[in-house]
Amino acid sequence: MEALLHDLLLNQAWYFTAARGLTAIIILMSIAAYAVLLERKASAWIQGRIGPNRTNHPLIAWIPGLGTFLMKGGFIQPAADGLKFLFKEDALPGHVRKTYYVLAPIIALAPALVVLIMLPFGKLPTGEAISLTQHADVGVLFMFAVSSLGVYGIALAGWSANSKFPFLGAVRGSAQLISYELAMGLSVLTVFLAASAPGQDHGLSLVSIVDAQNGAWNILYHPVAALVFLICIFAETNRHPFDMPESETDLVGGFHTEYGAFKFGLFFVAEYGHMIIGSSLFILMFLGGWHILPWVPTLGTGVVASLLGVAAFFAKLCFFLFFFVWVRWTIPRFRYDQVMRIGWRVLLPIAVLNLIAYFLYYALTGAR
Amino acid sequence: MAIKVVERRPLTLAERSYLPQIIAGLKVTWDNMVRPAVTLQYPDERPAIPTNYRGVPTLVMDPNGREKCVSCQLCEFVCPPKAIRITPGEIAATAENAHVEKAPKEFEINMLRCIYCGLCQEVCPEEAIWLQSQYSMTGTSRESMVNNKAKLYELGGTLPDGHHKWDKKKEEAERQAHEGH
Repeated sequence: MEALLHDLLLNQAWYFTAARGLTAIIILMSIAAYAVLLERKASAWIQGRIGPNRTNHPLIAWIPGLGTFLMKGGFIQPAADGLKFLFKEDALPGHVRKTYYVLAPIIALAPALVVLIMLPFGKLPTGEAISLTQHADVGVLFMFAVSSLGVYGIALAGWSANSKFPFLGAVRGSAQLISYELAMGLSVLTVFLAASAPGQDHGLSLVSIVDAQNGAWNILYHPVAALVFLICIFAETNRHPFDMPESETDLVGGFHTEYGAFKFGLFFVAEYGHMIIGSSLFILMFLGGWHILPWVPTLGTGVVASLLGVAAFFAKLCFFLFFFVWVRWTIPRFRYDQVMRIGWRVLLPIAVLNLIAYFLYYALTGAR
Repeated sequence: MAIKVVERRPLTLAERSYLPQIIAGLKVTWDNMVRPAVTLQYPDERPAIPTNYRGVPTLVMDPNGREKCVSCQLCEFVCPPKAIRITPGEIAATAENAHVEKAPKEFEINMLRCIYCGLCQEVCPEEAIWLQSQYSMTGTSRESMVNNKAKLYELGGTLPDGHHKWDKKKEEAERQAHEGH
């Protein structure tokens, strides 16, 4: 036992793994917290309001200029929101299946964290991808597989809550995920069909996809696939207009009706985590990843170029998070039957035809 | 009468795809977003109150500092929710305004009953009761929501008066007394 502990403490890889996990949690939590702030601020702007502008801390308020700016911008609001979730009474309703009820938010959040670790978001001067793991080349297959597991959290929450509205929400969420996963996968296939030649290594690697977008971005060559994928990530992340499992106007709160305090907070973070992952995948596959502009070559391979690339990626990510919010406050929710119709009778045929068209084009012309 | 047949056009493919409508909607929300906010940050910023606003009813004095109410109790009788309670009183014969004869000994308006209808102001023959610009009335107990006479005069203050009804009456009485005898 002592020897094992000794090994554990001396093994550097273990430290790195722990540090990576912690970094993933910190990054996800802070981006999610500020995405919530963005959501509140942007919705306020759209509705002609000001948004959160009161929260402050005496120590920050004391700084002249900056303190007021931080307060007016609502930048301290996420801390207050988080603390509120943390200190609320964590009630456990009597009618729930307790084990699964507690397990559900964890299962919802874990896939988001795992996928985040795999996400490449820049390139080192040495040519390696910047990511929280060294195995960023595992690729898109793994990401789709794991991020789809998030719906088990929703299904489990709906079932264990033992109440009809959460159950309806969970059923809708599962049906929606199954419907849109197909079109999503098919739209992604066209991109990989273009990017990887037969026999090439890392055929499904996101890094090689981004490298292939050094000139034109994929959205220009695959507009239909990009559109289908975009609609599908809205559906997969359960955001408006596809927030079937939540749909607070007809299902109270959907799958998280029976949840409160930090367990609800975890669902909340998981939703934003899936938004981050969905947007990142879209950026990596269609919007050139860490390339700054289409047809603009990267500035060599120096540190500055690396940092600029990471900055470009995060700028695109911020835009996408804003875009999610913007769409949410623009259009109403689709009806459930409309969601199913769009998924099966519109997006799936379009994705299939698109894939066949690109396949035939590449097969007949030999072009890449 | 000629019948005009309106063509019922089926939805076009673009309309059925929702996309042009969604893009138009995004433009609408974007325009809203860049427009300045209309929020009035209430406790810090106060709304502009129009002059004919019907706020909390108050009692006013004339420019000479004389209380205008003569406790005729018309407002008490007209008040639909019976919020006003007046205890009439005499004015001492030695007082400067003894010719007015009467003044309220106590004047209470229960703001928990008041409906801000303004009938008291309308019915008052002395223009003594006014619904002015105060719109926020708070208290920590039921008793504190009953405005007594002192509070009503504090809220009301002095309003300009074009009539000087009782001054004229006094002058007239003095003139008559002077001429007649």
